[in-house]
Amino acid sequence: MLSQRDPAALPRVLLTLLALALLWPGLVLSELNLAVLFDAGNLGNMGQFLSSFWPPAHDPEFLQLLAQATLQTLAIATAGMSLALLLAIPLALLATRALSISALPRGGQPAWWASALRWPVKGLLIVLRSVPEIVWALLFVRAVGLGPTAGVLAIGITYGGMLGKVYGEIFESTDLRPTRALLLAGSPRLSAFAYGVLPNAAGEILSYSVYRWECAIRASVIMGFVGAGGLGQQIDLSLRMFAGAEVASMLLTFLALVLLADLFSRWLRGRLA
Amino acid sequence: MSLRQQGLRLIDAGLSYADGKVALSGLNLSVAAGESIAIIGPSGAGKTSLLHLLASHLRPSSGQIELLGQAPWTLPGRQRQQLRSQIGLIQQGSALPARQRVVTAVLAGKLGQWSTGKSLLSLLYPLDAEGAAGALAQLDLADKLYQRCDQLSGGQLQRVAIARVLYQQPQLMLADEPVSAMDPVLASHTLGVLKQYARNHACTLLASLHAVDLALAHFSRVIGLRDGRIVFDQPASCISPADLAALYANEQLQAAHSPAVVAPSIPRQVPRC
Repeated sequence: MLSQRDPAALPRVLLTLLALALLWPGLVLSELNLAVLFDAGNLGNMGQFLSSFWPPAHDPEFLQLLAQATLQTLAIATAGMSLALLLAIPLALLATRALSISALPRGGQPAWWASALRWPVKGLLIVLRSVPEIVWALLFVRAVGLGPTAGVLAIGITYGGMLGKVYGEIFESTDLRPTRALLLAGSPRLSAFAYGVLPNAAGEILSYSVYRWECAIRASVIMGFVGAGGLGQQIDLSLRMFAGAEVASMLLTFLALVLLADLFSRWLRGRLA
Repeated sequence: MSLRQQGLRLIDAGLSYADGKVALSGLNLSVAAGESIAIIGPSGAGKTSLLHLLASHLRPSSGQIELLGQAPWTLPGRQRQQLRSQIGLIQQGSALPARQRVVTAVLAGKLGQWSTGKSLLSLLYPLDAEGAAGALAQLDLADKLYQRCDQLSGGQLQRVAIARVLYQQPQLMLADEPVSAMDPVLASHTLGVLKQYARNHACTLLASLHAVDLALAHFSRVIGLRDGRIVFDQPASCISPADLAALYANEQLQAAHSPAVVAPSIPRQVPRC
């Protein structure tokens, strides 16, 4: 028998128990009650609305409107993502510890002053992503008026914060030996990033970015509800008029968009692997 | 100040890690520019720590260190990176990203000397493929130029790492078990290439080696390291089998298994000094 037990066992058990214990107040505080779904009156209402979903609306006039709204949604999501990337890439490079030169002699832990310099950047990323995009959208609708511009700015800011944080963490989670070896040979940080971090992180960065683009499509739809244009605005209108067939067509369009994003991501990763 | 005239010096240098473990202690070492030295010793003796100390990767916790005529830890950060660009460290284990092409991995040796702009441009199109091919050709790998690193065997990767450091053209070359994954003929040839580079460029070379016969055959000066201390530091021709037996003696294994320590049985002349 070993004289020493696995020192990681006890913390693991305690952490699992803690996570389970935290679930209960979560259920209570969120007032989750599944019984409401199966209430007779509610069931009838939902059934009626759902039965109007079939067949989905497909008259040429509506399809043209749908195509236009879909294009606008795609445009909002793509423009928003581009703006977000412009923010996220420099901020992630500044915030990540993966490129720390002061960490070399300290076993991978940056010096306190280097960490202190990273904190304002991390703080900025937190500010950017802590306000939900729908709130930014409401603010920008006030500032620049109804229309897609508000949606683009809202996605750019919130997603810039999210992408910046996650990119920085992806950089840190790759095998850092190549990067450290380059920094140790006198390489500047940006070069070490391009030659050391990027080859290992590119796949994950790419699939996460495409997934976020997919999320941006959904977000731009939600922001349509507050007047930022695109499919969301159309869904809002159709829902108000109880036009289930139109809602069904738009939901199918959605499904197709997400499917396309998925295929695109797989194709890209296949090219890169 | 010319870096070319300078070797390296350790004065009573010691290294202990954050957890209090002492890796090296009381090291005094003086190496002239252009000298070639082998470092031998049992596993865990501190060979890798010593090389990382000399690469200005680890900072000595006591004593002084001088590399190429400069004290690296009193230099401002930028100058220390400049000094590091003149030090080539061949690391144990792969410091090459799996998804990088061999040509890029070799060109990365010069990142410390190239501007960031040039480095990034070279990532799009290799700016000095001939230079990389030349370094690889010395190690019989010229045909692998455009292959990816994950298509190579362990021994081939080791040679790519060596080619990178040859391409870097450092003034101080440190090699941590550079031939551990190679067959004897290739190992001998590769050490020959390293020594030839050192001779032609007046470069100081220190290599840690597992194979004692290689160390004695290729290097005129050999340092024996055990428990973080220098046991002997003398010309290869003066090292007796008794020195080696004492260096590699293992009390634990000896007690548990074989009664006799196998002294490396190398055909040797009688010590002359």
